[in-house]
Amino acid sequence: MAYKQYILVCGGTACESNRGIALFDALKKAVAENGLVNDVQVVRTGCLGFCEKGPIVKILHQDTFYVEVTPEDAEVIVKEHIIKGRVVSRLLYDKNQSKINVGIEGIDFYQKQFRIVLRNCGVIDPDKIDEYIARDGYKALEKVLFDMKPQDVIDEVSKSGLRGRGGAGFPTGKKWSFAALQPAGQKYMVCNADEGDPGAYMDRSTLEGDPHSVLEAMAIAGYAIGASKGFIYIRAEYPLAIQRLENAIAQAREYGLLGEDILGSGFSFDIEIRLGAGAFVCGEETALLASIEGMRGMPRPRPPFPAVKGLWDRPTVINNVETLANIPVIILKGGLWFSKIGTATSKGTKVFALTGKINNSGLIEVPMGTTLREIIFDIGGGIRGGKAFKAAQTGGPSGGMIPPQFLDTPIDYENLAKIGSIMGSGGLIVMDEDDCIPNIAKFYLDFTVDESCGKCAPCRIGGRKLLNYLDKICDGKGTHEDIENMREISEAMSRASLCGLGQTASNPVQSSLRYFMDEYKEHIDGKKCRAGKCKNLLRYTIDKNKCVGCTACARVCPVNAIAGERKQPHTIDGEKCIKCGQCYEVCKFHAVNRA
Amino acid sequence: MAKLTLDDLRKLRDEKQKAIEKRDPSNKDAQIIVGMGTCGIAAGAKETFNAIIDELDAKGISHVLVRQTGCMGLCHSEPTVEVIVPNMPVVIYGNVNAEVGKQIVNDHIVNKHLIDNHICDKPAMDIVR
Repeated sequence: MAYKQYILVCGGTACESNRGIALFDALKKAVAENGLVNDVQVVRTGCLGFCEKGPIVKILHQDTFYVEVTPEDAEVIVKEHIIKGRVVSRLLYDKNQSKINVGIEGIDFYQKQFRIVLRNCGVIDPDKIDEYIARDGYKALEKVLFDMKPQDVIDEVSKSGLRGRGGAGFPTGKKWSFAALQPAGQKYMVCNADEGDPGAYMDRSTLEGDPHSVLEAMAIAGYAIGASKGFIYIRAEYPLAIQRLENAIAQAREYGLLGEDILGSGFSFDIEIRLGAGAFVCGEETALLASIEGMRGMPRPRPPFPAVKGLWDRPTVINNVETLANIPVIILKGGLWFSKIGTATSKGTKVFALTGKINNSGLIEVPMGTTLREIIFDIGGGIRGGKAFKAAQTGGPSGGMIPPQFLDTPIDYENLAKIGSIMGSGGLIVMDEDDCIPNIAKFYLDFTVDESCGKCAPCRIGGRKLLNYLDKICDGKGTHEDIENMREISEAMSRASLCGLGQTASNPVQSSLRYFMDEYKEHIDGKKCRAGKCKNLLRYTIDKNKCVGCTACARVCPVNAIAGERKQPHTIDGEKCIKCGQCYEVCKFHAVNRA
Repeated sequence: MAKLTLDDLRKLRDEKQKAIEKRDPSNKDAQIIVGMGTCGIAAGAKETFNAIIDELDAKGISHVLVRQTGCMGLCHSEPTVEVIVPNMPVVIYGNVNAEVGKQIVNDHIVNKHLIDNHICDKPAMDIVR
């Protein structure tokens, strides 16, 4: 027997510490006292996300959403809402409402996400083409093939204002029209699925959750530019995405949605997968093309641009996964519809992989122009452990660190560039007070130095030099002259490098020098790392007055650097200590000092 | 299946849309949908998926369709599972290990109870505004 109604009580930490447990008990009691145990179930949920207005109570099926509920309100909710079917207005988010089915529609908080790219992700079975077709799949291709000329398709995409989601933000319609203008003959459509920045997984999730949306978009693009052949360049490290793509391509071929004479329209288009070996530089379009051709993945100077001379010197359009996933929706709903979402220069939505020191890490999609504060504190539920926000890195190793003063800047291509970062492909890494800025810059440089192809000197030599300086600073041996040199090298790298990798590799350094100079100074002048991350600047000691001689630290020390009798104060041998910090973590009496 | 013509494709779409509206795919009236992206699988979604199927078999329940889908976006609570049962609210559970998977079959499907401490809110789904 199903219950007639369900009372959901938020069981997130914030709500529970705000008398949420007493509220849960009070609701159960009220339900029991009114003889409703068989009709109403009181359920404790995970965090419902809207912590600032907690505790939250949600009533299903009506979807009524009550905020700031106290245990004293339990009786009223049961008597009024459950028994009499009348909404308790004073507990609603919008107190002026009187309808009983006041869901989350009126609450801005739940309107922050808006799914275009991820429309089918987590909804359909990615291995079943029928489920994609049922959600208007291949309807855009149908429309394009039978009702639109290639130029109409390009016009619609141009009208939408869609810009490349791989990072640089080049207008997609323009890219297509360049290739379309080339004389007829063999042209190629390439999907760039070589997602490589640390912390980014938007494209992988899209391909795994909705592979057909990308296939459909590639066929549409092929029709628009006059290409009959498509390649998906994807890294071999994404086995599940590859498997789902292979399956999707086979199904589409079987249905005749790829291959010769699609749906009897006379248009032919087919797609092959090319696996990359995981080099970051192969995400750069000319290096990617070289890799598909079977050559070493190295960029070449542009122009000529791939739209003129691409794969095997033929006109080629390269679009990123997320860019493509937007296309079917733009065709079906129209460029105008799409252009109404977002900011003046950046249209549509952006998918972010939200990671780092955040409560609710996740794959999110928000309209362009959403602020970092909304993403981190509303959708992401704030910083883990209630710590202080220090910086957010967009664009992975090619992006910059964004300090707290820009939390309210609307995110779009132009604004991010203005504050020294880039949109990038959509990794968003959140850092808190425990992260050391020079150390993070070092991490990113370490990555780009590793991934530099070595073809041009600014990137090959400049990156290495920057990394050496950062190493020096984190070891406490840096000087102010080093900082000046870093500035100069960074500048030279961004101007003179051959491709995007080198041009953007110094962004973490440049942005952190701009916004977090105080931390660099601390490392250089004070030989101090406030976050306690730079090992060579740390010294662990034990406070004799606080130590009770429990031996916990001595037992956990991997190099036996801690000595002392039971129940007597212990000491750390600075010579032996490797500064792993385990004693600091394990001490229950705060007797281990880190300085 | 042979290659589709335009009419075939339209007919297929219509049929499938109706099936979804009826929420009655292949004569089953309830659905358990497991998020099976790399993220979910890494967190144990395959074990969860198998545990759910085994438990349904063990209890002789045949009216439930178990499906996979991609990432639902709730990385902080993988594996995630959506449960659709007639006359009950559609619910997404987070942190569903094999044990909780069995609980979903026994409590949610059989006893029609929602399960404490695992309900998550789904992010916005619609592209229509």
